[in-house]
Amino acid sequence: MRHALSNGAWLSITWRISELYGFLDQFVIGLKNTLLVFFLSCMLGTILGLLIAILRNSPRKSIAACMRAYTGVIRGVPELLIILLMYFGGTALLSAAVGRYIEINAFAAGVTALTVVFSGYAAEIFRGAINAVAPGQREAAIALGLSHWQIWFLIIVPQMIPIALPAFCNLCISLIKDTSLISVVGLTDVMRVAYIGAGSLRAPLPFYLAASAIYLTLTSLSLLSFRLIERRYALPLVKG
Amino acid sequence: MNTAIALEALVTLPRGLVLTLALTFASLAAGFVISIPLSFLRASSNPWASAPVLAYTYAFRGTPLLVQLFLIYYGIGQLPLVRQSFLWPVMREPFWCAFVAFTLNSAAHTTEVLRGGIQAVPRGQVEAAKALGLSGFHTARLIVFPLTIRIALPAYVNEVVGMLKASSLASTITLLEITGLARQLVSETFAPYEVFIVAGGLYLLFTLLITQLFQVLELHWARARNPPPPARSL
Amino acid sequence: MKRTIALSLCALVICANNAGAMDRKILTIASEGASPPWNAINADGQLAGFDVDVGRDLCRRMNVECTFMPQDWDGIIPALTVGKFDAIMSGMAITEKRKKSIAFSTPYAGGFNQLVMRKDLALPATDTSSKLDLTSIDAEKQAVIDQLQGALTGKTLGVLRSSNSEAVLNELFGKVATIRSYDSQDNMHLDLVAERIDGGLADYFTWKTFLDSNDGGIAMLYGPQLSGGLWGPGVGVGLRQDDRELIAAFNSAIEAARQDGTLKRLSEQWFNIDVSPRVSN
Repeated sequence: MRHALSNGAWLSITWRISELYGFLDQFVIGLKNTLLVFFLSCMLGTILGLLIAILRNSPRKSIAACMRAYTGVIRGVPELLIILLMYFGGTALLSAAVGRYIEINAFAAGVTALTVVFSGYAAEIFRGAINAVAPGQREAAIALGLSHWQIWFLIIVPQMIPIALPAFCNLCISLIKDTSLISVVGLTDVMRVAYIGAGSLRAPLPFYLAASAIYLTLTSLSLLSFRLIERRYALPLVKG
Repeated sequence: MNTAIALEALVTLPRGLVLTLALTFASLAAGFVISIPLSFLRASSNPWASAPVLAYTYAFRGTPLLVQLFLIYYGIGQLPLVRQSFLWPVMREPFWCAFVAFTLNSAAHTTEVLRGGIQAVPRGQVEAAKALGLSGFHTARLIVFPLTIRIALPAYVNEVVGMLKASSLASTITLLEITGLARQLVSETFAPYEVFIVAGGLYLLFTLLITQLFQVLELHWARARNPPPPARSL
Repeated sequence: MKRTIALSLCALVICANNAGAMDRKILTIASEGASPPWNAINADGQLAGFDVDVGRDLCRRMNVECTFMPQDWDGIIPALTVGKFDAIMSGMAITEKRKKSIAFSTPYAGGFNQLVMRKDLALPATDTSSKLDLTSIDAEKQAVIDQLQGALTGKTLGVLRSSNSEAVLNELFGKVATIRSYDSQDNMHLDLVAERIDGGLADYFTWKTFLDSNDGGIAMLYGPQLSGGLWGPGVGVGLRQDDRELIAAFNSAIEAARQDGTLKRLSEQWFNIDVSPRVSN
């Protein structure tokens, strides 16, 4: 069977791009889901990561060791595997717990998995930044009689934030890209819409290029936002 | 926790190791080779040299690897132009498509990592080399690059581990590496926990091996740079 | 105060039970609405298709009034178990895995899988309208399988990952051909068109849509219509496991519909071929 000449090939690609417009409202839904997953996982992962980083410095060896194991495991196992485990394993767990077959939905499994992954990396970033805050700060706070949690949230964490910001920005960009992995378990995010469109219209090139463009826009916006934040909140490191 | 299934996983999953490791290290090696000249271009002060490389790294670091993989496997495979060219015997196979996608992605990340290293090399070193009459190329090869590697090593370890984990994405284009075999086993045994935990364990094992290896390497270089002080005589 | 609350709660429960008892006469049947010709949403926004027509016929035989409601495939089984509706008629195959959570009526239709191979491979001709049930293999069936194995040696075949078709394909041809497991039928079609695979095994109706499309001209059906075995006995009505009366009612209605040829007629109307269940294998 003779295939079209190269001119025809390019023509068929551009003609297919018109089919993308039919999927525009699908892409909007996908974008909404992607953003939802991103913001939820980011928020929950940051809170969890902060907690883990704080516990990492706990004087009790067992807790510190547990936290080290947690971050070690998260950073050593592929994100896709964690998502698959949460999705298929979550179904098995829920069904066993409730007594009959309940399927965990892709959104819940995805957000849980990404939160866990995000927290593992965030904990390491926060830990490094916490260690970079001058020890004198903690000593002064203790001398002033501040309580344990007051020291953390009034003194250490605010100073830790500008130090952690660049690495945190990178982590957020990674998270945006990792949200595409949930498409593998069926969540209708940007990647999934492209996947379905590419398959049903048999036009992978325009759809995956469109998805790339959307993700590139998202990561660029994220980068811009963080640059702006860094400029406003960059504090000089307090010495002593 | 069904130990029978866990044992079955322990026996079946390592069959995917060959593919996982082959993909990981082939992509890393190829990516590294490509990124050496690219990182120097990127670090140069000439915008004509730096901008195209920036465009490349920005595109590949700003989009998910999954999309890149599908673009190369399904997207490029769709073009009749490619199907009739000499590239087809290569692009036909999912392994080589994955290899190309992972290499391009790894090269983009490594370029930025090495660029950071190059720009962190103390100015004094470069000036001294120039004073000694070394050409630009020799300065790069003998002075800047070895220092770059040492500076960039911790960041590069992350890249290596990242590529090992990224190899799991190859399962989405029908390759039966560890994750692909795991998904197949789960669909047969309906035991997601046992199988995925064993799979995770395998990845973890190799991650630990890699980080240990790099720690030894770092120590070796640190020792070479700072030899232990001579024993003091009483 | 507490007594008033307790009494009103009792009243509420009694009312709810009565309401439930009255609803028993109206059966709610769920269907996905996205898999023509089994089920689809027509221009009026109503569910229509083979499943719907069979459902209405069965309800008539059971002397109950029934309504249809659309439901996403993903949540269709959990929704049944929590009581959102009373039955599922959505081209759902009776499988052991599903039997763990819901019960099935006897099959009201038998879907089948078939091989599709690229035309340019010039494989030996086969009778694509013959049927092969894999539930019990005798010498004659084995001969057919051996012939297929001979023709497909060294070929690359695609199949949907984690499906019963994958298990069957591996079992029948795993030793002689290369099997590639795809995450979606569409991607398998893409690779078939791209000539990365030589053919594949999938549900007949999935193939029909592909073969009728522009790109589908490069491939053709191959080998007999495969059913039974791991695929289970066919398509059945999904019901809650403790609704024994309803299951029995559906079963007798289905048997009646099969015997008087209604199922065959509806099947030919919607599929152009007879997918009604046969009595035994």
